Amino acid sequence: MSVETPVDPTLVGTMAARAERRGVRIPWRFIGGRAAFYAFTLWAAITINFFLPRMMKGDAVSSYMARSQGQLTPDAEKALRAMFGLDTSVPLWQQYLDYWNMLFHGNLGVSISTGMAPVGEAIASALPWTLGLVGFATVISFLIGTSLGAVIGWKRGGRLDVFVPITTFLGTVPYFWVGLILIAVFSTTLGWFPAGHAYELGVEPGWNADFIGEVISHAALPMITIVIVSIGGWVLGMRNMMLTVLDEDYITVAQAKGMPNRRVLWRYAARNAVLPQIQSFALALGFIVSGTIVMEMVFSYPGIGLLLLNATSAKDYALMQGIFLVLVLAVLVANILADIAYAILDPRTRQTEA
Amino acid sequence: MTDSLLSVRDFSVVYDVDPPVEAVKNVTIDIKRGEIVGLAGESGCGKTTLAYGVQRLLKPPAVISSGSVVFHDEGGDDIDINSLDAEEMRRFRWNKVSMVFQGAMNALNPVATIGSQLEDVFLVHRPGMSKAQRRAEAAELLEIVKVGAQRLRSFPHELSGGMRQRVMIAMALALRPQLMVMDEPTTALDVLVQREILKQISQLRHDFGFSVVFITHDLPLLLEISDRIAIMREGEIVELADAEQIWTNPQHEYTRQLLRSFPRLTGERGVVVR
Amino acid sequence: MTTLEFKNVTKIYNVRGAGQLKALDDVSFTLGPGQTIGLVGQSGSGKSTIAKILTQLETPTSGEVLLDGTPVPRSGKRLRKYRQQLRMVFQDPFASLNPSHSIRHHIERPLRLDSVVPSKEVDGEVRRLLQRVRLDADAVIDRRPHELSGGQRQRVAIARALASRPALLVADEPVSMLDVSIRLGVLNLLAELQSQEGLGVLYITHDLATARHFSDEIIVLNQGRIVEHGTADDVILRPKDPYTRELRAASPDPEKHFGSLAAQTSGGAL
Repeated sequence: MSVETPVDPTLVGTMAARAERRGVRIPWRFIGGRAAFYAFTLWAAITINFFLPRMMKGDAVSSYMARSQGQLTPDAEKALRAMFGLDTSVPLWQQYLDYWNMLFHGNLGVSISTGMAPVGEAIASALPWTLGLVGFATVISFLIGTSLGAVIGWKRGGRLDVFVPITTFLGTVPYFWVGLILIAVFSTTLGWFPAGHAYELGVEPGWNADFIGEVISHAALPMITIVIVSIGGWVLGMRNMMLTVLDEDYITVAQAKGMPNRRVLWRYAARNAVLPQIQSFALALGFIVSGTIVMEMVFSYPGIGLLLLNATSAKDYALMQGIFLVLVLAVLVANILADIAYAILDPRTRQTEA
Repeated sequence: MTDSLLSVRDFSVVYDVDPPVEAVKNVTIDIKRGEIVGLAGESGCGKTTLAYGVQRLLKPPAVISSGSVVFHDEGGDDIDINSLDAEEMRRFRWNKVSMVFQGAMNALNPVATIGSQLEDVFLVHRPGMSKAQRRAEAAELLEIVKVGAQRLRSFPHELSGGMRQRVMIAMALALRPQLMVMDEPTTALDVLVQREILKQISQLRHDFGFSVVFITHDLPLLLEISDRIAIMREGEIVELADAEQIWTNPQHEYTRQLLRSFPRLTGERGVVVR
Repeated sequence: MTTLEFKNVTKIYNVRGAGQLKALDDVSFTLGPGQTIGLVGQSGSGKSTIAKILTQLETPTSGEVLLDGTPVPRSGKRLRKYRQQLRMVFQDPFASLNPSHSIRHHIERPLRLDSVVPSKEVDGEVRRLLQRVRLDADAVIDRRPHELSGGQRQRVAIARALASRPALLVADEPVSMLDVSIRLGVLNLLAELQSQEGLGVLYITHDLATARHFSDEIIVLNQGRIVEHGTADDVILRPKDPYTRELRAASPDPEKHFGSLAAQTSGGAL
C-alpha cells in the first residue's frame, strides 16, 4: 500500500516562513505598531507636562514676584505671565495650543533661576555632560557586567562565583560614599585625578587635545564610581539568565556537535541570555538623563541632575518643565531603541503579529 | 576491518547524588557496521543516559563509573573513547559518531539561522573550507533531507516540527559519520510525518551506509525498522535479539510485558500475549 | 438517558495577519450512554477544538451542541448542571492537579460543589471513588500530587471526574504522557468504569491502535472534517477514506510487518 502523500506534511512551513528575502528582515508592522504607541505616550506626557504647573499651588510668576519684593509693575507681571504661558486672560485651550506652538519652535520658555536664559540653552549646556558621563558609564557597566556574568554563569560553581556577592555588595554601597572614598584615595592622597568639575576653569572649551584630556581626567572618578556601584545588577542578571539558558537542549546539541567551548559560550548561550538584559539596559539608558544628582553633587559635575536640583529650590517651573520634557523624550527614545534592538536580535519577536 | 563498529563493555553510569543512583548497570553491546539497533525502554530505564554516556556527553552529577567504549574506525584504528582528551574528544564528536536529538523547538538555537547552524559544523571541523564551500555544503544537506536550500536563512521557529526534525538529521549527517544515535526522533511528530522521517532515514542509510542506534519507547515502531533490539530496564539490557525474535519468541518477562502493552492495530483485537 | 450531540458544528478562527482558520468544518456525531467513541486525529485535525467546545472554552461559529436535545447553556445554573453531566480527563497528569492541594481536596471539591452526597458522607465517598480507580485510599488520600506517579495521578483525575456522577466522560489523550507499560492499565480501567456506570466516553487520541482496542466506534478527523465514521473494526480494517488508509499504513504494525515478511523470501527492515 503506497504511502506517498501528494503534499508531504513535513515540508509545509509555518505561516511565518518567508525564507527568500535577503538581508536583515525589517519588521515594519511591528515597528509601526510600537511607534504609534510611543507617539501616543509622548502626546500624553506633553499634555500632563502642560497641566502640572497649572495644578501646583501658587504660580511661578507670583513666587517670582514675591521674591522680587514688589519691584515689578503690574505690566511687568503681565508680560512675565505671557512669557511663561501662564496668562490667565487667555482661555486654557488657547494656552494649550500656544504651548504646543512653543514646543514646535523649540521654545521651552525662560528660566528664572539662570538669569532669564532660555530654558533650552540651560538644558543644552548641562545635557552633554550628563549624557557623556552617565551614558558612557552605563554602557561600560553593561558591557563589563554582562560579559562577566556570562563567564560566571558558564563556569557554574567555579572560583569566579565570588564576584557575584562582591559586585552586588558594592551595589548596596551608596554612590556618594564610594565617590568620596575614591576622591579621598585617588585625588587627595594620590593626586591622580582631579576632585571635581568637568574641566578646569580657565581651560578653553573646544575640540582640542588639552580640553579633551581635561574632560577625560575629570570624568574618570565619577565614571568609575558609577561603574563600581551599578555593575552588580548586570552581573547577577546575566548570570542567572545564563544558568537558565545552559539547561536548554540546543546547548547540549552544540556541544555534541563538537563546538569549542568559547563558541558555545558566546554564540549560543550568551547570545540568548542577553536578550532580557537588553530590556533592562534600555530602561537604564532612559534614566541616564535624570543623571545622578548625588554623583553630580559629590563631584560638582555640571549635569542635568544638578540643574534640576537648583531649579527645584528656586521654584523655576519653566526649567523644571523643560527638564521633565527632556527626560520623557529620552526615556521614550531609549525604549524605542531597545524595542528595535530586541526585534533585530530576537527573530521570534517579529512574529508578534500572529 | 571487523564487523563491529562500536564495542561497549561493562559500561556503567552513576548519578553522584545522595543516595547515588545507578542509571546504567554493566551494559555490554556491540553495534555492527551498517545495522540499526533499537534501544527500547520506558522513562528512567537508562537508554538516553547510555546513549549520552558512550559519547561522553553526560553532565554532572552523572559520572561514568566503569566500562569501556571502543570505536572501530573504518580506517582501521580502534579508538578508546574514554582515553581521549578533551580536544581529541571534541574532534571525534560529530565526525565519527553524531546524534539526532528530538527536534523540538529547543534543540536548535532560536536566534541563529538554520544555515548558520549547519555551517557551524564545517567551520569547526573542516577549517580548510571556504565560506562559499560551507554555504554550498549546507545547502546540499538541506536538499538531501528534502527541506530545500531556500530554508538556509530561516529561523527554527519558522519551520514545522517535521522540518525541524529533518534539519536535525541534516546536521547529524554533515560530516558523514559512521554511527548516528537518534534519541526519540519521531516521538513528538504525527504518525504520517513520522513515517516520512523514517523513510528518509532509511534512504540515507542506503546512500551513506551508517549504523543507527534508535532510542524510543515505541516498541512496535522498533519492531518494524530495527535489525536488532535491546530492551532496557532499570539500567540493564534485559534482552538483546533480532527484531523478529523479540516479536515471535521473547525470552524475558519484561519484554513480554512490554509487548502486551501495545494493542494490535490489525489482526485480532487485543494485545499480543506470548 | 443523557446524549450529547454535535450538530453541523463549524468553528472558524480569525488569525490576525493570516486570514481565517477553519478548525472544524460541519462536524456531526452523537455520543450516547454506554458507548465509547474514539476520536482519532493528528495535530491540526481539530480534535483539541472539539475538546475546547465541549468544555465551553470555545463556542461554535455555527451549528449546535445539544445535551439531551437542548442546546448547551452558556452561563448560569444550567451551565453548572451541564458541567456536572460532562466531565473531562486531561492529557497531562502533572498539570491537571494542583500541586498545593491534597488528593482528598481534589476529590472533595466536586462532591461539595455539586452536593453529590450529604456533608457527613463526603469522606466515605472520597474513599469509595479512590478504590474504584484501584488506588489504595489510605495511602494516597492525604498526599500531594507530586508524591504520586504519573499513572496514579491520572487515576486520581479519573476519580475526580467521576465524583459528580456524570453521564459522559471526555478523555483527551489520557495516556499519551504515561509510561508505556501502564497505559493499558488506565485505559482498561476507563473501559471497566464505563461499562459499570453506563457512561458515554469520548476518547480523543492520535493513536489508532488504542482507539481500536478501546472504542466501539471510531471517528477520523482530518483538518476539521470527519472523513470516516464507523465501527472500530470497519474503520481500521476496512477503511474507505484515503486519509484513513494512509493513517493506517503509517502506523506501526508489527503483526502485518512480520506476517508479510514471512510471506517473502528476503527480509529487510527499513
